[in-house]
Amino acid sequence: MITEQIGERPKLKFSFTRLLRENFKAQGIFLITPANLYLFIFIVIPLIIVVVLSFLSRGSYGGIEFRFNLTNYTRLFDPLYGKVMIFSLGVGFGTTVICLLTGYPLAYFLAHAPIKQRSLLLFLILLPFWTNFIIRIYAWKMVLRSGGLLDVALQWLHITQEPLNLLYSPTAVMIGMVYEFLPFMILPLYTSLEKIENSLLEAAADLGAPPWKAFLRVTLPLSFPGMIAGTILTVIPAMGMFVVPDLLGGAKTILIGNVIKNQFLTARDWPFGAAASMLLMLITMVLTLYYTRKAGFGEELLV
Amino acid sequence: MMQDLAVEFHEIVKVFPTPEGGHVRAVDNVSLEIKNGEFFSLLGPSGCGKTTSLRLMAGFEWPTRGEVVINGEVMGRKPPFLRPVNTVFQNYALFQHMTVFQNVAFGLEMEKVSQTEINRRVNEALEMVKLPGMGRRKPKQLSGGQQQRIALARALVKRPEVLLLDEPLGALDLKLRKEMQLELKALQEQVGITFIYVTHDQEEALTMSNRIAVMSKGKALQIGSSVEIYERPNCRFVADFIGETNFLSGVVKNIDKNLVTVQIANPETQVVGIGIGNLTIGQTVAVSIRPEKVRLVDADGKDPLAPEGGENHLNGRVTATAYIGSDTRVVIEVGSGMRMKVWEQNAVSTLDPEMYYSVGDAVIILFPYENTFVMPEDTA
Repeated sequence: MITEQIGERPKLKFSFTRLLRENFKAQGIFLITPANLYLFIFIVIPLIIVVVLSFLSRGSYGGIEFRFNLTNYTRLFDPLYGKVMIFSLGVGFGTTVICLLTGYPLAYFLAHAPIKQRSLLLFLILLPFWTNFIIRIYAWKMVLRSGGLLDVALQWLHITQEPLNLLYSPTAVMIGMVYEFLPFMILPLYTSLEKIENSLLEAAADLGAPPWKAFLRVTLPLSFPGMIAGTILTVIPAMGMFVVPDLLGGAKTILIGNVIKNQFLTARDWPFGAAASMLLMLITMVLTLYYTRKAGFGEELLV
Repeated sequence: MMQDLAVEFHEIVKVFPTPEGGHVRAVDNVSLEIKNGEFFSLLGPSGCGKTTSLRLMAGFEWPTRGEVVINGEVMGRKPPFLRPVNTVFQNYALFQHMTVFQNVAFGLEMEKVSQTEINRRVNEALEMVKLPGMGRRKPKQLSGGQQQRIALARALVKRPEVLLLDEPLGALDLKLRKEMQLELKALQEQVGITFIYVTHDQEEALTMSNRIAVMSKGKALQIGSSVEIYERPNCRFVADFIGETNFLSGVVKNIDKNLVTVQIANPETQVVGIGIGNLTIGQTVAVSIRPEKVRLVDADGKDPLAPEGGENHLNGRVTATAYIGSDTRVVIEVGSGMRMKVWEQNAVSTLDPEMYYSVGDAVIILFPYENTFVMPEDTA
């Protein structure tokens, strides 16, 4: 009788905190839920809407008609959009290559700066993000326009006599794009460069490698993961960018991002805009997958 | 041309700035002469300047003052990639993005050796460190001991005049470390290259080295063979750092040629020993007595083995004993709070507990004058 009383413990009330304390699986689910919710609401649902939209028809007054329709996709094969697409790819790649070439020395300098100065330098790189992106691009208009800051400065230094007429040209778009995406290239590069132990470079020197050879054979391959991450972080948003070409490119420079934006906001042809988005997404995905398949994520070096 | 001396330090000083804005003398006026083909160790506690000394030889640091000479050539500010030395790093510093073969081949590629020659020499080196057929693996796939061997092969494949080793066995477990000690020593004799070996492990240094420099606070206190630095330490720091010893403090009472009489305060007695360095009467000194160079007799017994050269006597009482097989380690209180370690060899095999010392036994500690060393108290 007594043993039974002892053996039968009082039923405890369900307690959420107890569940979390004792059940590791519940812990995992609890911790991942906010991220999953976020992804579901802001990525999965909008994506589904876009996919569905791209197969619907445009209504007479700019609305949507729930009628299945493939012409949105066939219209994309118009050479006009083909040209825009190729131009966008070119701008995306150009931006990425320039960011890589200018970002690498910067990241290298950053990774080798004295530790005390490093946080200040990193802060300076991130400082522009404190101001709204569109305002910063407007500021570039002031810099690039004829008789703007750049012209005045160059003429004052007697480097040029005539105004450069940079604004509303592909060059202006490239300048704006590189400006915008450079930090996204620098930060991953910095992270992977900073991880390279000095003893590895000493070992290379010890084995007879002069500094430039040590760089090519040790530093460069070990910074590969950063180069890959930086490239992906730059090329994907660069392909869909529309603010920079809108503000700095004028009517002459149209990227696929502008086409999509115009379909949604100006032409009010949402289904066609959705189809163009799908095409852009597909191309970016295929390119990224191909790239990472070829180059890998460099995960074996991240361990 | 083969020089007689592999590496020389001429009054080397290396000063580093500290983060607080001051500076520290990591190496303080050190002169060394390391002979060709020698296994030479730099031994000392962390921060003594031994690794900095090695880095000065490799060329990773340049001396603030003085000259590093390798094979008769003054190094000056010669960068590491032009020096005829190679280094085995403490953390191995293997290139993780290359295979084992590529790691070992790296140094030869820098010399622009032909591919067939590279293949031959890399395989030879991998065989020498007993890892043939591992060439295709990545360093991460190997155990710590194997990585250590790859680091060794990578340096040796270059056939350097001098091999610098910076605590190469520090990360290995004790058993593997003992194995590698003997292997390294055998390898050094086989290839005949000068090895300069940095370690804080005195036993490691004693086992492997032809000569040892004992370092402390940037200075090389004593340079000599294993036997010399253990049997004739030239200062208190060396006597204390190498092996175990007992110290008695006292004041010099009398000096007769090399024999010094010291008045010990605790216990109140006099001992005689061999003087080290310049001692003067009245100087405060430390007397060093190694625990295994001492005999014990029962306080009421007779001693049949009195040596000719004279012997010190100390009365005491056993406060602890530990039987460890070959020896019995006995702690004896000789004055108030003053204890000495004595290692008694168990030369006779017996189960009779009467034959071993036990706590409370009154004993006399006997140590010959020639096993007693008197040295200045404050040299280190």
